[in-house]
Amino acid sequence: MSTQQAEPESQEAPEDPEMKGAESPAAEQQKGGGMVDEQAEKEAELEGETVHIKVFRYDPEVEGKQEPRFDDFHVPFTKGMTVLDSVMYARDEYDSSLTFRHSCRQAVCGSDAFFVNGKQRLGCKTQISDLEQPVRIEPLPHQEVVKDLVVDMDHFYDQMHAVEPYFQDEDTPETDALEEQRQSPENREKIKMSSRCIWCGACMSSCNIAAGDNEYLGPAAINKAYKFAMDDREGEEIKEHRLRILEQEHGVWRCQTQFSCTEVCPKDIPLTEHIQELKREAVKKNLKFW
Amino acid sequence: MSQSYNRGLIEDFGRWKEFSAGMWAWIFHKFTGWMLIGYLFTHIAVLSTSVGAAGNEAAIMAESDVYTTTLQGLEGLFLIRLLEVGLLAVAVFHILNGLRLLMVDLGVGLEAQDKSFYASLVLTGAITVASVPTFLTGVSL
Repeated sequence: MSTQQAEPESQEAPEDPEMKGAESPAAEQQKGGGMVDEQAEKEAELEGETVHIKVFRYDPEVEGKQEPRFDDFHVPFTKGMTVLDSVMYARDEYDSSLTFRHSCRQAVCGSDAFFVNGKQRLGCKTQISDLEQPVRIEPLPHQEVVKDLVVDMDHFYDQMHAVEPYFQDEDTPETDALEEQRQSPENREKIKMSSRCIWCGACMSSCNIAAGDNEYLGPAAINKAYKFAMDDREGEEIKEHRLRILEQEHGVWRCQTQFSCTEVCPKDIPLTEHIQELKREAVKKNLKFW
Repeated sequence: MSQSYNRGLIEDFGRWKEFSAGMWAWIFHKFTGWMLIGYLFTHIAVLSTSVGAAGNEAAIMAESDVYTTTLQGLEGLFLIRLLEVGLLAVAVFHILNGLRLLMVDLGVGLEAQDKSFYASLVLTGAITVASVPTFLTGVSL
């Protein structure tokens, strides 16, 4: 294993082919490296056209990078630049070892949830001009860091799968009698928000309860369960089965309505509201008047 | 993945400036809840050990029984009167935020949960300030 990358390379930034279109002349001048050497710092100050980002770095496979630290990058600002754009620029121009997940860049794939300036945000959906500088970009809290901004999502996915996130029907008709299963517009409206989840994991990461209780399903999984439990097309029995999963000790009752998840959800899903509604459903199911 | 790094509780109190309204409400509710439990047990301990005068009519009439002297002694201390203001603040906040949580549980006005938290804070402040003259001047037993 090489030790050569103890410090990220502070090579000269060549002109950027991708961002060129929209950038200002000042941004083009900015050739200073990503690292905080004093000169680059001063240059950035003078120009006032760069964005100072501090990125969490950790790499278990390279000696000298095993101790977590923050790297500073000064990225030329372009109009409409998102947090994801800035780390992509830093990776492409300054340090190719900078690692993070991203794919669609339009808040659909849910890969790039970061902890930006103390809040879970979607990198591609956060304008860098809205943030206070230096912009601190960290991996999602309460999840193991695999490398740099990449966290281990296995536990999150386990919780998502635990609520059986797929449509179930007790009596599937005969093969030749199969037909569309229609949903009423009202019912569709009811589950609309819950269906917007992109599995980014921001909510789970923001939840204090989920941080302390590893078995807690977490907001995302409960929201996913809500989507199916509230779907009229599923039968009563399946709904009961779903509520039995949710009303367990580490299900809906762990939620203490901090509203942290609702606060950070990049898709504006009213997570707390959905969890509360499922709590009421669970109570109603168990209430007996006899 | 060969190795990973556990960052631990990085969202701890060191980040209190970044907490949102709902988070503060949760913290204050826990805190005031524990304070009230603590007070309850102190309250029971003090009162249950100061009922020695039961049955002693003469002492009660002369206001020299254990109960009266204990309370007079306590009320005579400025610190105790100050703590009573604190107790009122804690109790009022816990009640108001409890009502807020009741609304949250019923699914009423969840989009205004931050406003209702601020409202309970302001109301707590107002009631506490209004109570200061009563408490600090002392109660004549």
